Amino acid sequence: MIELTDVTKRYGTTVAVDHLSFDVRPGEVTGFLGPNGAGKSTTMRMVVGLDAPTSGQVTIDGHPYRDLRFPLRYVGALLEAKAIHPGRSARDHLRWLADSNGIGPRRVDEVLERVGLADVARRRSGGFSLGMGQRLGIAAALLGDPATLLLDEPVNGLDPEGIQWIRQLLRSLAAEGRSVLVSSHLMSEMALTADRLIVVGRGRLIAEGTVEDVVARSSTGHVRVDSADPDRLRHLLQDRRVDVSAQPDGALVVTGMAARDVGIVAGTAGITLYELSPHSASLEEAFMELTRNAAEYTATRGAAA
Amino acid sequence: MTTATVPTTTARQAPTARRVFGANVRAEWTKLRSVRSTVWTLLATVGLAIAFGALIAASQMSSWDSLEASERLRFDPTSFSLSGLFLAQLAVGVLGVLVITSEYATGQIRATLGATPQRLTVLAAKATTFTGVVLGTGLVASFSAFWTGQAIFASKGLGASLGDPGVLRAVFGGALYLTGVGLLGIGVGVILRRTAGAVAALVALLFILPIVTGFLPSSFQETIAKFLPAQAGMAIFNVVPDPRALPPGAGFAVLLTYGAVSLAVGGLLLARRDA
Repeated sequence: MIELTDVTKRYGTTVAVDHLSFDVRPGEVTGFLGPNGAGKSTTMRMVVGLDAPTSGQVTIDGHPYRDLRFPLRYVGALLEAKAIHPGRSARDHLRWLADSNGIGPRRVDEVLERVGLADVARRRSGGFSLGMGQRLGIAAALLGDPATLLLDEPVNGLDPEGIQWIRQLLRSLAAEGRSVLVSSHLMSEMALTADRLIVVGRGRLIAEGTVEDVVARSSTGHVRVDSADPDRLRHLLQDRRVDVSAQPDGALVVTGMAARDVGIVAGTAGITLYELSPHSASLEEAFMELTRNAAEYTATRGAAA
Repeated sequence: MTTATVPTTTARQAPTARRVFGANVRAEWTKLRSVRSTVWTLLATVGLAIAFGALIAASQMSSWDSLEASERLRFDPTSFSLSGLFLAQLAVGVLGVLVITSEYATGQIRATLGATPQRLTVLAAKATTFTGVVLGTGLVASFSAFWTGQAIFASKGLGASLGDPGVLRAVFGGALYLTGVGLLGIGVGVILRRTAGAVAALVALLFILPIVTGFLPSSFQETIAKFLPAQAGMAIFNVVPDPRALPPGAGFAVLLTYGAVSLAVGGLLLARRDA
């Protein structure tokens, strides 16, 4: 379980993370979404004690990371692929990591097997492809059999088979009761693997909840309705405090009301409908809109200051 | 939510600080022996100590007959045979620098500090492991250079033996000297974090500063030069007292102080900086 409480990180005058609070709970895959520069990697580095927050608190099961002894037994992290001495073999890399946390060498062979690197374990890691480096990073994260896992863009550089593998791995880790935080810029990927989403933009929390919640929070989902009497229907809908706009072809676009309810309003008033079509936003659209708003907000605030 | 099948931080007993240190010494040992450059650098240390020492000893013997009596009296066969360590220190110093800077260059430092957030423990474990490895190599280098030198001096019927007063101390001192320089290398490396800058700084401290002080008025030169890291540390090689150098023990203590200060400053920065 990871808890962030009002965390801010400044580098000089740049605010990388701005009063961010959220939890990563056991038994779930929490997706961490945001455009480049949104502060995802900085946040993850603060979780594992590499960067210190300017203010606020980050804890793992209630403890600051820097207080943990042998932390690999509690938290596994893949922060950047190939943070590895190129002259060292995959096996030796995992061996020193295991040594540093009192983990036996047998576990090294286990994780190499689990990520499919057993055959190349003795080769110098400098010759590894990006995908192999990513697998080695995941092996390192799994080394201490930790209850909490953080993976920064784990599908980067993986082929479709590798992506499929990561997806199943994340699901099975969560099913085992672990807390899993995974960042990605691939919204479609998150829709498939994440139980909950945390959306950030410019270091701020924009949305948090299930994938459905996040999509619903964006205003991109709408209902298109073409009727015999658009003017009357429009007034009826506006009376119910629903956002309605007229289209050039005479149809109406209704936001904030389900298609079924629009149909009921029209039916009760005896208005003939020609078309009633719901357009639900994709996670991608929701994400674009949510983060665009954040960018505008920050820009206006910056101009006012 | 599923039943937790994995342990949480509270479920296991926390290891002691000593156990964390021991585990990190093992980890650093694994790191050192799993890259080829370590072995090459250590072989270079021994090779330079013997070869360069033999060269200087041979040239001294070829000019021996033309030396004045006072110069012959000042001749220190032990210290002379260890001259090669002046060059060998570069290999050891660079190895010390690389212990830290290669981790920054490859990004591995984030894996290291992520695995052990007790950063001073990491630095202490690095210094400890390195001391063990370099002390061992230094003993091989120092004793080999001593015996090679004595074999050359024997041509003129000169030479020292390990049983003579102060000689064993001086030859052990050769290994201690290399270790002191290596620790200074680690200290400079952890402060500067970049290989090129740290190696340049170390070369400046060990080789350039003595040249620069050579341009100072002789009174300054004599007081300052003997406190420079290499000049101070090498006093431990002297068996025949050298009036321009500090006493052997004091000189080595000055070198260790440079190393300790650089490690302390480096440790402070390491603990405070973002990785």
